Amino acid sequence: MAGEVKKKATRESYGEALRDFAETYENLVVLDADLAAATKTGIFKKAYPERFFDCGIAEANMMGVAAGLAASGKIPFASTFAMFAAGRAYEIVRNSIGYPHLNVKIGATHAGISVGEDGATHQCNEDIALMRTIPGMTILNPADDVEARAAVKASIEMEGPVYLRFGRLAAPIFNDPTTYQFTIGKGITLREGKDVTLVATGLMVSEALTAAEQLAAEGISARVLNIHTIKPLDTELICKAAAETGLLVTIEEHSIIGGLGSAVAEAVCDSCPVPVVRIGVKDEYGHSGPAAELLKEFGLCASNIVAVTKAAMESNTK
Amino acid sequence: MEEITKKKLQAIACKVRMGVIEGTYCAKSGHPGGSLSISDLLTYLYFAKMHIDPKQPEMADRDRLILSKGHCAPALYSVLAQRVFFPWEELQSLRHIGAMLQGHPCIHIPGVDMSSGSLGQGISVACGMALAGKLNNAAYKIYAVLGDGEIEEGQVWEAAMFASHYQLDNLLAIVDYNGLQIDGKLSEVCSPEPIPEKFSAFGWHVIQMDAHDFDAIEAAFAEAEQIVGQPVVIIQKSVKGKGVSFMENQVGWHGKAPNQAEYEQAMAELQTQLQELEG
Repeated sequence: MAGEVKKKATRESYGEALRDFAETYENLVVLDADLAAATKTGIFKKAYPERFFDCGIAEANMMGVAAGLAASGKIPFASTFAMFAAGRAYEIVRNSIGYPHLNVKIGATHAGISVGEDGATHQCNEDIALMRTIPGMTILNPADDVEARAAVKASIEMEGPVYLRFGRLAAPIFNDPTTYQFTIGKGITLREGKDVTLVATGLMVSEALTAAEQLAAEGISARVLNIHTIKPLDTELICKAAAETGLLVTIEEHSIIGGLGSAVAEAVCDSCPVPVVRIGVKDEYGHSGPAAELLKEFGLCASNIVAVTKAAMESNTK
Repeated sequence: MEEITKKKLQAIACKVRMGVIEGTYCAKSGHPGGSLSISDLLTYLYFAKMHIDPKQPEMADRDRLILSKGHCAPALYSVLAQRVFFPWEELQSLRHIGAMLQGHPCIHIPGVDMSSGSLGQGISVACGMALAGKLNNAAYKIYAVLGDGEIEEGQVWEAAMFASHYQLDNLLAIVDYNGLQIDGKLSEVCSPEPIPEKFSAFGWHVIQMDAHDFDAIEAAFAEAEQIVGQPVVIIQKSVKGKGVSFMENQVGWHGKAPNQAEYEQAMAELQTQLQELEG
């Protein structure tokens, strides 16, 4: 089965979506910081060179330029690696985009540990944490090609700043494009279950689905939620799962500090306290290596999700 | 410039300065020094230059101004009040809790085109607005007012590179060269000089002008209008604290509000200047 699943990196979906939506949304323009070949905005550039602006290796300025374009009625997508979009340019995003609540879309690619061989300087495991602190920022972290495309469209159709998180690594396409529906702020129940809920986002959603299969084989009924919108968080869906299954395991390709796990813990703490076990990058840096091996090493894989879930269930019943 | 026009602008600039003093005095904080050094510039732009309509602050084809040195908001607010974008009395609640006039410019205030205050950022936003103007074939101009200390921010030079590369001749930056920043003299803190040569090397057309002489201001802006295919920067040699004797060229007045005695003296001096101009 697994061998038959098609794969595509969400950054590729991003570049294609920009190109495909450009005709409908004529105010859409794209900025990049000398990474068009990697972020895949090059796909858009090839089709619409007059609407593409390379800012050079100057991310701070790029975010400000995007703000000025948005203040003048354009819908700019500003693209670079997550490390530079959320990291280097944080304060510009906060003050020039977030505070005036401008209609800028930040297309951040190469998020997380799956950047692989480039190593720790380029593996951004902190971007969700940083972007969550900005009032009014919407954060989308699509899991596959179908969802990435839908996320880009939804971001164009909403007014206000959006941070879109895409990956470098090819991700299994598990959503059906003919039936898939994307609503910002609404999580998706991919699998029903009553013993535990796996709350996943981005690249980890397909791993969670695999883990749920394996848990089922061991007699454990695991619910799987796909939280593609980190902010605003679907607290209703999460609290319902908390109440009905009594245990949440969050899985994200991001630091366990400040990301999905934190957001979920904050939500259940406020209104429906249950144990929350967070799977993600611990308080440490990544390092070089093939993406698939790194994901295993850092526990971002189905087998570790199964192990952590079983252990959590055991200690939860004690 | 005709003498009568000049007198009129000088009188308005004097009232703008009184608004700066009023605002910072009532706020018990704020930045009078750099506000006073750009009062003539903003008066010229908002009363003699910019295509704007206080009744339609969001007018699509308006000229836009970004106060990149956002801490000098008292001057911007004061000129906007003089131009009746909002009542003058608003200046008296500057920086107060619940007030419209925030410590630094906020996009939601009528007449304010962009939130600003974190130095180095406004010039980039101005580039984006200028680029949008080019894409829309719009005739409007974008003005960005920067501090001389502000250009120590690296982002300013990223923006300078961008503006030049995209030939943003609808962008006009003005650097308020008063020579002082919080920690002291520009030349002693961490000198960004020589400023004209730097902009010139980045591909900008550079104009230098006396910030407190309306004839010079008019001539500088006339020259700027002739430039095609490259962005223009006007480096205005100004006096920090201009118009209030005890604030002039004093670094201590960068970010300090006048107390009651100082307020009264400043207002009396400005009132005398105004009477001379209007008398």
